Amino acid sequence: MAEQAAAPVIDVEGLERRYGERAALSGVSFRLGEGQTLGLFGPNGAGKSTLLRVLATLLRPHAGGVRVLGAALPGESWKARGRVGYVGHEPLLYRELSGRENLVFHARLHRVPEARVDELIAAVGMQRRARDPVRELSRGMVQRLSAARALLHDPPLLLLDEPYSGLDPAARELLDPLIGRPCGRTRVLVSHDVEAGAAESDLALGLRAGKQLIFGRPDPAAIRGLFR
Amino acid sequence: MIGTAWTILRKDLQIELRTKESVPAMALFSVTVFVLFHFGLQRNELEGDLAAGVLWVTLILATVLAVNRLFVTEREQGGIDGLLLAPIDRTAVFVAKAGALFLYLVLLELVAVPAFGILLLGPDLFKPLPTLILLLVLADVGLAAVGALVSALAVETRARDLIVPLLLLPLLVPVAIAGAEATEPLFSGNQAAHELGKWVALLGLYDMVFLLVSIAVFDFLLED
Amino acid sequence: MYGKGLRPLSIAAAATLGTALGLVFFYAPLDADQGFIQKIFYIHVPLAIVTLFGFIAGGVMGIKYLRSGDRSWDMRSYVAIHLSIVLAVAVLITGAIWAKASWGHWWVWDEPTLVSFLIIFLLYCCYQPLRFSIEDPDRQARYAAVFAIIAGAFVPLNFVAVRLAQSFSHPRVLSTTGGNMPGSMRLTFYVSVLGMALLYTTLWKLELTSKNASIQLKRLRLRLELEQEEGQARAGAPAPPVSTVPASPRNA
Repeated sequence: MAEQAAAPVIDVEGLERRYGERAALSGVSFRLGEGQTLGLFGPNGAGKSTLLRVLATLLRPHAGGVRVLGAALPGESWKARGRVGYVGHEPLLYRELSGRENLVFHARLHRVPEARVDELIAAVGMQRRARDPVRELSRGMVQRLSAARALLHDPPLLLLDEPYSGLDPAARELLDPLIGRPCGRTRVLVSHDVEAGAAESDLALGLRAGKQLIFGRPDPAAIRGLFR
Repeated sequence: MIGTAWTILRKDLQIELRTKESVPAMALFSVTVFVLFHFGLQRNELEGDLAAGVLWVTLILATVLAVNRLFVTEREQGGIDGLLLAPIDRTAVFVAKAGALFLYLVLLELVAVPAFGILLLGPDLFKPLPTLILLLVLADVGLAAVGALVSALAVETRARDLIVPLLLLPLLVPVAIAGAEATEPLFSGNQAAHELGKWVALLGLYDMVFLLVSIAVFDFLLED
Repeated sequence: MYGKGLRPLSIAAAATLGTALGLVFFYAPLDADQGFIQKIFYIHVPLAIVTLFGFIAGGVMGIKYLRSGDRSWDMRSYVAIHLSIVLAVAVLITGAIWAKASWGHWWVWDEPTLVSFLIIFLLYCCYQPLRFSIEDPDRQARYAAVFAIIAGAFVPLNFVAVRLAQSFSHPRVLSTTGGNMPGSMRLTFYVSVLGMALLYTTLWKLELTSKNASIQLKRLRLRLELEQEEGQARAGAPAPPVSTVPASPRNA
């Protein structure tokens, strides 16, 4: 049986990103294959969110090679945009508009038909409150809408920065088929819960002060060592 | 690109309609400034160069108000990342923001110019109105382009509400010059335009230069 | 790297300025109406011309920075603009002195060059506050370059606008500039312009060299610290990663 080597979804080699004199990221190298989940771990300020934002094409790499979905960053960032779903700390929703209006806006930017908006509103269980302004919604509801926003364009790669923080178990259950393991998409997941994060991941990358200290199969004990 | 710009512009107009923050404030500000000028200049009626000056200076100061707010919603609600993640031409963001500012200025003028005519202007407003409208529209294009650019430039700075007026006002001096000089004859004597071509040409040149410069540099303000 | 040619340049600048001064005092004619103080014109106008070109050059260097991403262009742009702002103060002061001597007032609106210069000065005063209130150094350099480009494009536009505003209502008072300068004045004037241009370039190069030296020093110091800490790390303590110090006006 012939084995085809599929191109990795993410291919990073020697990534560096500075913030002035400080190295926000240095010497980060890893590969992530299709359908796999990469868990990002590390103490606060380690560079996890920075790495995620680089992969999302929001920040440009200062040195090293980064390929996301076959596109070389930063030169070909525009090719990767629109194929990545990003759930970060900010929900990226306008507070004065309703959930539905926000999603329709993003759908138009991504050239996605409006029917998909209603599909996703139903999928995240927000049908009843979708027409209320976002500023009136609870954190959990906003987070669900944010996930819906990230999924509008059916991206093959998901970048998730603590997507379940502030959510009750019911909300988690709702989102799991969409952004959790069962969705089958390639994912990069930042999580502060070492046990849960390790259980969800195929590969784990541990950062401390911007340096990559761990990469491989998730080992909760080793990961906890990062925090000491 | 135009389609995307329209989508973003629509979104901004939706938000402005809901919050009613920018345009009413600009209109209220203008009328208040007219009252201030009444007391400051100690006149019941203005004509000629004084009238032209008061009108144009007030409009330019009102622009500063709007410019302060233009990118603030994006920054505060994390909206700019949403725009940056989408597969769009980033020039569309500039076109949308400048378009929004242009519309706010037009709406402002619909209130402020009649108010000026009633409160302070001595001569008749109707006779020079068509020429005045031409001048205002031309000026608004330049004000919108420069305003959108300065707004984006100042959005990341700590002292944003100080930097915007200090940066914007010198840049708008040519608009004040052309506007006031062209309007002066309209508000005096026989209210016929004098040397209009010269000032229209200056405004046109200004608009063209700043539209080109803004479109060329705007991408650099958004990228990271 | 930057310091090359600094000595011949400074010598040339000093020589030219010396010649210019000599010409101003001994060769150029004494103005019948304004007297000796009119000679400040030979400082004021050449300095103004050089300063304006400095601003525009800062804009061009800003373009080069945005296109190449090479931080040394940003440094050059910063120094050019910074220097021009300082010299602009001198332009305004000498302009005021000349105005007082010629027309009895410390300021005249009738002189379009002076007026448009004031506007440009006010604009560029925002450069440093804008620049240093942005914390991310990369972004700071980028935004500064954008400002330099906008302001640089504005300089000629503003000049045109102010000139247009003055043309018919107020006759040009500066009859000494323009085409009708007598030969001796013209020579002195051109030598002064050349002298100021050389002075500007010398100061620019000087400041660049000095800033560059401080940056190198800082880099070496950081390298030293890093190596000391790595030495300690082999004994157990973790070493923080330190990258090279990028060239930025703040570091110098």
